Amino acid sequence: MIRFSDDKLAKVQEIIARYPEGKQKSALLPVLHLAQESFGNWLDVPVMDYVASLLSLEPIEVYEVATFYSMYNLKPVGKYLFEVCQTGPCMVSGSDDIIAYIGEKLGIKPGETTADGLFTLKTVECLGACGYAPMMQLGKHFREHLTKEKVDAIIAECRSNAAANN
Amino acid sequence: MGIKLLLDKAHVEGIRSYEVYRREGGYRSVEKALKELGPEAIVEEVKKSGLRGRGGAGFPTGMKWSFIAKPEGVPRHLVCNADESEPGTFKDRYLMEFLPHLLIEGLIVSSYALGSNATYIYIRGEYAWIPDILEEAIAEAKANGWLGKNILGTGFDLEIYVQRGAGAYICGEETALIESLEGKRGNPRIKPPFPAVKGLWDRPTVVNNVETLAAVVPIINMGGEEYAKIGVGKSTGTKLISACGNINKPGVFEIDMTISVEEFIYSDEYCGGIRNGKRLKACIPGGSSVPILPANKLFKTAKGETRYMNYESLADGGFASGTMMGSGGFIVLDEDQSVVKHTYTLARFYRHESCGQCSPCREGTGWMEKILKRILEGKGKMSDIDLLWDIQRKIEGNTICPLGDAAAWPVAAAIRHFRDEFEWYVNNPELCLT
Ligand SMILES: NC(=O)C1=CN([C@@H]2O[C@H](COP(=O)(O)OP(=O)(O)OC[C@H]3O[C@@H](n4cnc5c(N)ncnc54)[C@H](O)[C@@H]3O)[C@@H](O)[C@H]2O)C=CC1
Ligand SMILES: Cc1cc2nc3c(=O)[nH]c(=O)nc-3n(C[C@H](O)[C@H](O)[C@H](O)COP(=O)(O)O)c2cc1C
Ligand code: SF4
Ligand code: FES
Repeated sequence: MIRFSDDKLAKVQEIIARYPEGKQKSALLPVLHLAQESFGNWLDVPVMDYVASLLSLEPIEVYEVATFYSMYNLKPVGKYLFEVCQTGPCMVSGSDDIIAYIGEKLGIKPGETTADGLFTLKTVECLGACGYAPMMQLGKHFREHLTKEKVDAIIAECRSNAAANN
Repeated sequence: MGIKLLLDKAHVEGIRSYEVYRREGGYRSVEKALKELGPEAIVEEVKKSGLRGRGGAGFPTGMKWSFIAKPEGVPRHLVCNADESEPGTFKDRYLMEFLPHLLIEGLIVSSYALGSNATYIYIRGEYAWIPDILEEAIAEAKANGWLGKNILGTGFDLEIYVQRGAGAYICGEETALIESLEGKRGNPRIKPPFPAVKGLWDRPTVVNNVETLAAVVPIINMGGEEYAKIGVGKSTGTKLISACGNINKPGVFEIDMTISVEEFIYSDEYCGGIRNGKRLKACIPGGSSVPILPANKLFKTAKGETRYMNYESLADGGFASGTMMGSGGFIVLDEDQSVVKHTYTLARFYRHESCGQCSPCREGTGWMEKILKRILEGKGKMSDIDLLWDIQRKIEGNTICPLGDAAAWPVAAAIRHFRDEFEWYVNNPELCLT
């Protein structure tokens, strides 16, 4: 059964309380973020239905929103999602080479996940770090001023974290 | 050194914490605003300051505040636009990351002026670590009596909430932002009615950019008239510029809008010149949606005068030979860069970000991306350049929100100023990389 832990349910209530009576639909984006974090980093249909029931919404209202925003994953992704920016300012600072290098190192193309399920490579549009390019988002944080050496180190770091957590 | 009103304390050790921020004079503007001024007088000070919206449109902030409708018994809201997604723009991030209390202070004064008891900061979802910083600052401010019930004994109550977006550039457009904050897809609404009349949950709402709201702090502290003396003409006060691309010192700079564009690029105080000793080719000074200018039009206005880093001077010459201040996202390209390729990445960006409500924007952005890709790969024809020109003209002005224009202008300016480069791609297919 899909269900938030008690402390997450309390968090949901806290979010709903930020809005006026009857406007709990406003909680949808934050609660979807919470759901994605809690249930395997993507939004499966039963998860979206659960969110709908929590906020007294029709499931379609949740699907509409989940499909609009690029940060909600509608398919499973690797444990480590490399989202590399490819927009103009990053491009003139060498992002193409970084994307190619990551692809080569991991043996995947943008949009793909490694066979071991550890890494997904994705190209994204400007993340607001143009002065610190090339860059990527990894989880909650940005990795900036990327070089091949830095990419190597990040991949190694992810592999050792994954090994430590197993 | 230019005048600094926002970033003057950015490098003080520990300034993120309440204790240090307060010791450095923080929250004085709240005391002054709530105890001495009152709401109307605050709006007057902001009007006198000449402050213009720092989100990009440059609309006078004091005037916008005075437009807020006040129907009996209907709550009003202030919403802080921290969606910052315009390529080249990363100044609001800097403010929030390093000076969170400055934003909270500005929000308290502005909320009081507008009569908002529940104020929301809508921040782009990718800035995922910043809500923690803001929420900590909010908690500290609350613990010290600057937020919550009956602030400073004035009877004014205020809560500030942080809401994360989830990856959609269009949610920076204020009506799309409001839709998103209501838990919906970010489809812009038709304006008017402006949010100041009918906004969040149909209530009167003012949406302002992070930097605009932070600027309210020095305005209240020094007085609107003093603030207006800084800068030049209708470009009053200071402006944050985020500089990126092929320069020696990318980063966020505070300028007083009296320096020249040339000085901004070459001075060591700012961009520090072009990287690797290369020559300057082109610049997009106000975020990806403003027109690109070649080096020979960047430093001089149409009249042959020095071009300065302010709203009027940057726009001088209109679209023929000028550009815009926009969001202050300053993108520099060196001689090795391809304007066609850069423009292609922007076209791809706008296609990706179109909400799809209006057919000229939805279809046009897709076509522009496709044709630019074709040209870039050496598969384009001369007629494609004219086709691109026609498509961008059909988008401009024919859409619900200005994203359509924002997608059209970069393509138009690139063709206007760099047509020979587009032709080179058509004439040299064998040299084009696929
Ligand atoms: N910072 C960023 O990341 C980005 C900034 N932009 C900027 O956004 C700008 C366009 O923004 P818009 O909001 O569409 O411009 P706008 O000119 O429609 O509005 C500017 C502000 O003034 C208010 N306003 C205008 N007339 C009003 C009236 N009669 N009554 C009450 N309020 C009124 C609007 O509500 C809005 O808050 C572009 O110029 C671009 O530079 C665009 C993309 C991203
Ligand atoms: C497509 C689009 C995206 C926008 N993105 C932002 C943004 O990220 N941040 C912002 O402050 N304003 C953005 N704006 C402008 C807002 O609609 C609005 O003018 C601004 O938030 C008003 O605040 P200001 O008067 O303080 O500048 C955008 C406008 C458009 C058309
Ligand atoms: S112009 Fe584009 S982004 Fe704006 S409302 Fe129309 S389709 Fe949506
Ligand atoms: S262009 Fe890559 S972060 Fe802005």
